[in-house]
Amino acid sequence: MKVAYWPGCVSRGFTPELHGSMARIAPLLDIDLVPLDRASCCGAGVIAEHNPELADALNARTFALAQRTEGTALMMNICSTCQGAQSECQERLDASAEYRSHINGTLADEGLSYEKGLTNKNFLWLLVEDFGLDELRNRVRRPLTNLHVGPFYGCYIVRPTDRLGIDDEHPRDSYLAQVIDSLGGTVVDYAGAHKCCGFPILTMNKEASLKQAGRHLGDAVDAGADCLVTPCPLCHLNLDLQQPLAERVVGRDLNMPVLHLPQLVGLALGIAPDQLGLQRHVVKPASVIDWTTSVVAEVDAAAASG
Amino acid sequence: MAEYTLRLRRYDPESGNAPYWEEHTVELEPHRSVLEAILQAKARFDGSIGIRCSCRAAICGSCGVKINGHPDLACHKHLDKAAKQSKDGIIEVQPMGNMPVIKDLIVDMEEVHWKKIRRVTPWLIAKQPVPKREYIVPRETMVDVTQSMACIQCGACVSDCLAMEVDPEFIGPAALAKAYRFVGDPRDDQHYERLKDLAEDPAGIYDCTHCFMCIEACPKGVAPMSQIMRLRRIAIHDHGIVDRNNGERHEEAFVSLVRQYGLLNEVELLPRSIAGNSPLAKFKPSFQREAVDSLPSIARALLRRKITPGVVLKPHKLAKPDLAAVKHLYDELDGEGERHEFNIYISGRDEDIA
Repeated sequence: MKVAYWPGCVSRGFTPELHGSMARIAPLLDIDLVPLDRASCCGAGVIAEHNPELADALNARTFALAQRTEGTALMMNICSTCQGAQSECQERLDASAEYRSHINGTLADEGLSYEKGLTNKNFLWLLVEDFGLDELRNRVRRPLTNLHVGPFYGCYIVRPTDRLGIDDEHPRDSYLAQVIDSLGGTVVDYAGAHKCCGFPILTMNKEASLKQAGRHLGDAVDAGADCLVTPCPLCHLNLDLQQPLAERVVGRDLNMPVLHLPQLVGLALGIAPDQLGLQRHVVKPASVIDWTTSVVAEVDAAAASG
Repeated sequence: MAEYTLRLRRYDPESGNAPYWEEHTVELEPHRSVLEAILQAKARFDGSIGIRCSCRAAICGSCGVKINGHPDLACHKHLDKAAKQSKDGIIEVQPMGNMPVIKDLIVDMEEVHWKKIRRVTPWLIAKQPVPKREYIVPRETMVDVTQSMACIQCGACVSDCLAMEVDPEFIGPAALAKAYRFVGDPRDDQHYERLKDLAEDPAGIYDCTHCFMCIEACPKGVAPMSQIMRLRRIAIHDHGIVDRNNGERHEEAFVSLVRQYGLLNEVELLPRSIAGNSPLAKFKPSFQREAVDSLPSIARALLRRKITPGVVLKPHKLAKPDLAAVKHLYDELDGEGERHEFNIYISGRDEDIA
């Protein structure tokens, strides 16, 4: 499947292993990534807070570029925050022909125009809805047997449910659990899965921000998770990069590895951990990977070789 | 008639006993409400079940509870839908969160919700002189505040506020939506004072984590988080309020970095959010103090090559023509003139209007 691919900013900045691991696993899932390298930052909700019209125009430009990408059925992103911020803008653009034409007017100089009805899906949604979990199971080379994985969605990809198309037919707020299960792992049920990592207020109220991260990580530790997996690089920053500080705020050792979704998928597809950038995390994924043999820790030997 | 089983959270703090779950099966038509089911259980099986209610028509805001883990009005939720959304076919009802329980499903709204509402001076401070007859205001300005006026004070948003969960001091979604109701009202005389107060308070408008919980929770479409974003926007742009919580600095830094690079430059964002929107921010003492405090994270990120010198020295940037296009959008839409906001709550959708 050919997709207009929007990696976002952070996946190429502070979490380069996310973009790298997505690029690495795409061929194994028959996904042909056509990068939208002319598109701008989605604004992450901050530009919309500043000026909603500007955020709508920046993202309408991205959508228009995606619609012009030949041979692609849809646009795919790998960031919960991009998904949520772009969905918010798209909701406004799709609601009114008059408003859409006003915004399109600002793109006219470039010869661009957004037409209502673009499909923009996070890799998580595409994996479940378009690629399919049965097919994913078929491609698993190294099942994550005995690996206990806690899902961490990120707010922007699960709320508000109506804007994000979450309903009985598309229970997108349970897709991470379904993917973990399909990869052979064990889903860990814990309190923080759909909560906020705290990242947006890191510079405004550092203590509350780190308390959020620390609490969710601690809940996952208590529930017996070996690691968390997230489709959001900003959550990754607060949960992984800031984990040493979160430990200080909540007063306990956490030592909880936090994997990007493509990394977890990549491990199950048989890719070596270093090719997925797992050595670049602040919290070493020691509970996930046995670095001497490059296989997932605790994986049943027969399952791994079979 | 159909059978529905409720799993009710029972708790009497005065008893000294721990909370527990109790199940009751009632008979009602599927379109009847969860509230009616609770009242039937109370009438038929146990008169001591505590539930607060009045209008039974989703207008008084008394019967806020959590149904299957999500806040809602008990009178506003049909039994068939509630049963379908439950984990195991049993409709689970518990008191709302973030507020102490008085008994069973009744929480202490006074202790949290009403105290916070009073915190934002929830009345009109009339512009002087008060006209002899009515104030004449443009229609659009009042339409704009109707969304926050739709609030029925049920506390559903307070129940699930994730910022309040870690910072009980946070003024919270309901009270801040109420604050916007007056900041957006042209008859109010104290817009600046209200905004300055809410921007400078560490538990004010910049304590919101933008998690959408309140938008999801609200049974009336008030979208409290959107009202908080409007408060921030008006505080910064109409009143030039630079707060001590880095709220204004963070927004200005983000917006101008995207204008400059087309993409987010994370290396610059943190120092500028703390020490001001200038390339020199990273050398200022206020950021240096922050950097020292964050040393355990920064050192490990560098050690593991999570953050590389390449990212720091050569940040990603759009190609020239695309950067020019981005700047064009800023020039067109982000100038000094009037800002427009398209609010679906107010304007509706084409298909609804047609």
